[in-house]
Amino acid sequence: MRNVIVLGVAQTKFTGPQQKTGVELFAEASSEAIAASRITPADIQALFLGNALGDFCEGQGMIQAFIAQNIGCPGIPANKYDGACASASMAVRDAFMWVASGQYDFVLAGGVERAATMGTPLATRTFAMFSDSRYEFPSGVTFPGVFAMLAHLYAKRYDVPLKLLKEQMATVSVQSYRHGMHNPKAQMQKEVTVEDVLSSFTVATPLQLHDCCPFSDGAAAIVLASEKAAEKLTDKPVYVIGAGQASAGPLAGQKDTLPRIYSRELSSKRAYEMAGIGPEDVDVCELHDCFSIASLIASESLGFFDYGTSGDAWMKGEADIGGKIAINPSGGLKSKGHPIGATGAAQVYEIVRQLREEVESERQVPGAKIGMTDTLGGDGGTLVNMIFKRGW
Amino acid sequence: MEYTLTFDEYNRALKKNRLLGLTCTKCSAVITPPVMICPACGAGDLEVKELSGRGVIQTFTVNFVAPLGRESEAPYTVVMVELDEGPWIMGNLVDVDPAVVNMDIIGKRVRMGETIGARVFPGDAYSAGDACRPLFQFEK
Repeated sequence: MRNVIVLGVAQTKFTGPQQKTGVELFAEASSEAIAASRITPADIQALFLGNALGDFCEGQGMIQAFIAQNIGCPGIPANKYDGACASASMAVRDAFMWVASGQYDFVLAGGVERAATMGTPLATRTFAMFSDSRYEFPSGVTFPGVFAMLAHLYAKRYDVPLKLLKEQMATVSVQSYRHGMHNPKAQMQKEVTVEDVLSSFTVATPLQLHDCCPFSDGAAAIVLASEKAAEKLTDKPVYVIGAGQASAGPLAGQKDTLPRIYSRELSSKRAYEMAGIGPEDVDVCELHDCFSIASLIASESLGFFDYGTSGDAWMKGEADIGGKIAINPSGGLKSKGHPIGATGAAQVYEIVRQLREEVESERQVPGAKIGMTDTLGGDGGTLVNMIFKRGW
Repeated sequence: MEYTLTFDEYNRALKKNRLLGLTCTKCSAVITPPVMICPACGAGDLEVKELSGRGVIQTFTVNFVAPLGRESEAPYTVVMVELDEGPWIMGNLVDVDPAVVNMDIIGKRVRMGETIGARVFPGDAYSAGDACRPLFQFEK
């Protein structure tokens, strides 16, 4: 396999409902990423795009073909990925494999979604499609409901009193909001307190509003290139050194490992093995905090903290910048926003800029050399992890 | 190879308060909802087995924000139950006010109700027809 680097990266501002089409949003992100790569659209040899709900939000299926033509890359192969919230991470991972294989030198990968545009009732309905539609959705389970059940299971399994767990979860949200305050691309630009979290309305017990990420509109794009083709284009190459992916069936079928998400353990193990590193080597991680409990579960499965102890770690600042592992300095999905088809690419955007030390000083992880992304689709159905390394 | 127990057969049985699953003839694993291949041992020789519908609540949530078209159902209690035969299954807990449900219900024994109506989600524009789910009540 050839060495693969990330060249240009870009992200639109993540927002609530707005008027730009999916094509327009991705065109903005991709043109910026291509320009930042010091190449032209004619250099792009393939497009790998995450988009999960384009058909529901604006009646647009197969959006990747329309995007390819629209951004000046007519005729190239254009693939769309649906792995629910991990769609863009699947796209980036496959783009990486195609460049590594020697087939392409420059590939555009990313994602776009207009989740907020759908409004809460339809968005809730469509997100629930990422659970088992025939055997589990009839119970009325929703995406927050899945993580709410995992929260109760977590409290029971690790003997953490629910009151304490809720305070720990609130601390996760407070940290994410604080980081998002300094991210101009983030959807939420406000500080909240633990009390704010605990007094917000209940979505699905024990999760309250501020435990949950927002529905968001937005796009993110990155250009992946072979090391050789890009050697004169950047003096700050960020290498893709590991990538792993895994799948899982219905939530109840994961009974042997819940509240752990076993597909994440498989996925991250594959990524760590390819990279030849372990969790102790990771300086900064953008992990999938769709709900506050999701951060606790993810950080343990990724190997950063022991099972049942991550809430305590958050309360001690060990998951913050300057702690044991800097988690979600972007503000995470909680504060930055969660346009699901774009989320994984936005995580890559953040990690690359962190490694290049290009983010706002208030949320820069000093001297970060290795960064990781973690993206979860549905209730563990798709998991993708990627590891990046500073190359200078 | 034929699919041993289809959704349609499972769904029609559940409407009659009968919970169906599969037994693997090779490793004896009990499986529900149905699959093509035994997830425990990879064998494809499965037999239909009627399950007791009894088990223990493992976790739950009371959902206040329902999906489009199901708003009138909220709040409602979703549970995951470990059946006596082994598998976990998702369903609803009924006969209990969602306002008073708390973690004390974890570990409680439940059974599928025999006389409770409205167990069928009639489907919507995005569903391939109706779909039934188990309704659980506490064992007396």
